[in-house]
Amino acid sequence: MVDQFKEAFREEAFELLIELEDALLRLEEEPDDPETISSVFRIMHTIKGSAAMFGFDDISLFTHEVENIMDLLRAGKLSVTKELIDMTLTSRDYIRIMLEDSSKKLNEEVNTLLAAFKAEVRKQNSDLSEVKSHDVSEVPYRSDDKHADESDPYISDELITYRIIFCPENNIFLSGTNPLLLLAELRELGEISIIAVKEEIPSLTAINPEFNYTSWEIILSTTTPEEEIRDVFIFVESSAEVRITAISDSHDESGKKIGEILVDRGIVKSEDINKILTSQKKVGEVLIENNLVTKPQLDSALEEQQQINTLMERKKTITTSGSVRVDSVKLDELVDLVGEMVTVQAHLSELASHKQDASIISISEQLERLTAELRDNSMSMRMLPIGTTFSKFKRLVRDLSADLGKGIALVTVGGETELDKTVIEKLNDPLVHLIRNSIDHGIESPEERIAAGKPAGGTITLSARHSGASVIITVADDGAGLDTVRIRRKAIDKGLILPDEDLPESELFKLIFAAGFSTSSTITKVSGRGVGMDVVRKEIETLGGMVSISSEAGKGTAIELKLPLTLAIIEGLLVQIDDEFYVFPLSVVEECVEHIQGEHENGKQNIASVRGEILPFIRLRDFFDIKGDQPEIEQLIVVNTHDHRIGFIVDEVIGDYQTVIKTLGSIYKDVEGLSGGTILGDGSIALILDVLKITQIVQKEEKLLT
Amino acid sequence: MAKKILVVDDSAAIRQSVTFVLQQEGFETIEAADGAEGLEKIKGSAVDMVVSDVNMPNMDGITMVSKIRELADFRFIPIIILTTESQSSKMEEGKAAGATGWIVKPFTSEKLLAVVKKLLG
Repeated sequence: MVDQFKEAFREEAFELLIELEDALLRLEEEPDDPETISSVFRIMHTIKGSAAMFGFDDISLFTHEVENIMDLLRAGKLSVTKELIDMTLTSRDYIRIMLEDSSKKLNEEVNTLLAAFKAEVRKQNSDLSEVKSHDVSEVPYRSDDKHADESDPYISDELITYRIIFCPENNIFLSGTNPLLLLAELRELGEISIIAVKEEIPSLTAINPEFNYTSWEIILSTTTPEEEIRDVFIFVESSAEVRITAISDSHDESGKKIGEILVDRGIVKSEDINKILTSQKKVGEVLIENNLVTKPQLDSALEEQQQINTLMERKKTITTSGSVRVDSVKLDELVDLVGEMVTVQAHLSELASHKQDASIISISEQLERLTAELRDNSMSMRMLPIGTTFSKFKRLVRDLSADLGKGIALVTVGGETELDKTVIEKLNDPLVHLIRNSIDHGIESPEERIAAGKPAGGTITLSARHSGASVIITVADDGAGLDTVRIRRKAIDKGLILPDEDLPESELFKLIFAAGFSTSSTITKVSGRGVGMDVVRKEIETLGGMVSISSEAGKGTAIELKLPLTLAIIEGLLVQIDDEFYVFPLSVVEECVEHIQGEHENGKQNIASVRGEILPFIRLRDFFDIKGDQPEIEQLIVVNTHDHRIGFIVDEVIGDYQTVIKTLGSIYKDVEGLSGGTILGDGSIALILDVLKITQIVQKEEKLLT
Repeated sequence: MAKKILVVDDSAAIRQSVTFVLQQEGFETIEAADGAEGLEKIKGSAVDMVVSDVNMPNMDGITMVSKIRELADFRFIPIIILTTESQSSKMEEGKAAGATGWIVKPFTSEKLLAVVKKLLG
């Protein structure tokens, strides 16, 4: 159960064993004292029960055998002899040895002892032959697989309708049972209709308020197997009548009705049949008239009919509506076309506003609304819940943790969070990297964990949640946390930091994202030599996302991936240089400040000072080689990439711009520094900047200090 | 308000781990080492549920359950007994004394919470 209490169990068991020794010695002096016999039995029983709870299976199985013998003593079917006390004392010593060192297997000794016990029982039984052989457990002493019966029950996805009659006894409340909770539990299993049968409730004067007079008829449509429905009532089997029957749903296919056949054969006309049918009384009414059923009974049956009909109808709608599989290429094309349409619509809106023509303005507004809806709609088609990806990792965690002998559980949260299909696909590899890392380096071995007072098995939590226009995915483990001392040493070895450089913890953590960085000095089968966290970071950044890390020594590590909802639309900052338009991804922009040439500049080194802080910058006009004069007051856009702040100088900032990304086409595929393009409302083109790439290019040319 | 659960077991290790699991889920707990202490502690406290071992010194669990049921305040509260016997005899004995349900040892924390929630709502 809870591993941190293992030690508590052992201490307690040692105490019990001392008690047991005392009691056995007392028993030797007063062999017939029932009090002592029952305390010996009780101690064995407690050890057995607790040992099983805390995973000492060998002790539990052995003690169980001895307990059975003690039970015979207690029941007077065996008498206390010196041999018996000797053997019980020996078994006490064996339990002690097994407790002291759980790796010790005393199989041979234990089997010999149990055989001796049984021989003693047989010897005494030759006089008392009525003792049945099965009083001494015949179960062979072995560590059996207690998990065998805990395997997942078979879950069928076929919807079956059950009729459940639940008639509790009058005094059901007196056993602490609340029938309403059972009904609530059933309610969770599927589509349900519950009819309370209240006919038994007596008049107010005769009523006993502590009694239950109600019974229930339940119609439940569920995919849960019948045994599990029965399990709901497990504690009331003896105090309630519970009948569960599957109602066949095939009776509607039972062939043609007699009227139909007669019409088909041309013997009667269908109008005549209808006339007769409408003049006929309903079965229920006839039955009530003849006092064969009561009104409530009929109502309950009608309710059942209703439920089945609704169910049948739903089945039909499911088969007709359902979902359609579409080639994802077609979806991409659709999104692409919608993108074009958004552009054209923007163009139209702008024209309409110039034309001052009311009818055109009205049409353009209508189109604007429709395109917005169409855009959202087609985007949502590409959204998938991330849960399917999450569930793939269950197996990964299970297998890897078994390989490494670490019992690790994967907990997933927020699997229903939706993300663009392409993002989900590209997310697979980085997530595998991160999870492997957690399993291999993050979570300690069971021994280390127990020594640290943690449960032996670790937990990895994989969670997803929305945060504005982003989705945040976290991979968190409850392991040892990052080893700052080792990261430091490694970073110095690799020349990433100076030996005397004093970095705060958060800066140290960021170092693990540096290329080729790994703190694990051993190569393991799971993650090889250090999983390249730099690769993970790069992959996430190509998706327009960001990675951050937090860790606490002894508590664990969490890596957070912040991803855009979709790759097709970008939240951008539109800027202008001369007559050209460019878009910065808004996610990397920190701030915009005015920049007056010369005032904050330091010679030719392209370093500005922003509020006293030194900031290297790139003048995009120079980078793209745009002719013309730069304005006196330029704009400096502060961008944060790879945890470095860099400035970009542009002529003018136009503002927020949400846009559909268009790829640049194969002719421009070798152009560096641009990640795509988009068409503005007036038909002109804006290029989307790949800020990271530009920085790298400039760095290579050694024009930029970072 | 957090529901209060009385945990009765002569094994401190089991008592502590059961208490731990319940507290993790936000339940309030009271502990007692045997039936007599359990009966003593439940009096005058607003206990919503009892989880008790069967085999205990001084007063066994079954006797305690029947004595709890004699107290006017606790006639209708759910009581779970922890038993090592998988045979139905002990459970029937427990039910006859007034227990609501049972859990067979060894059990996992999930099983414990499932039964507690089943009976406490």
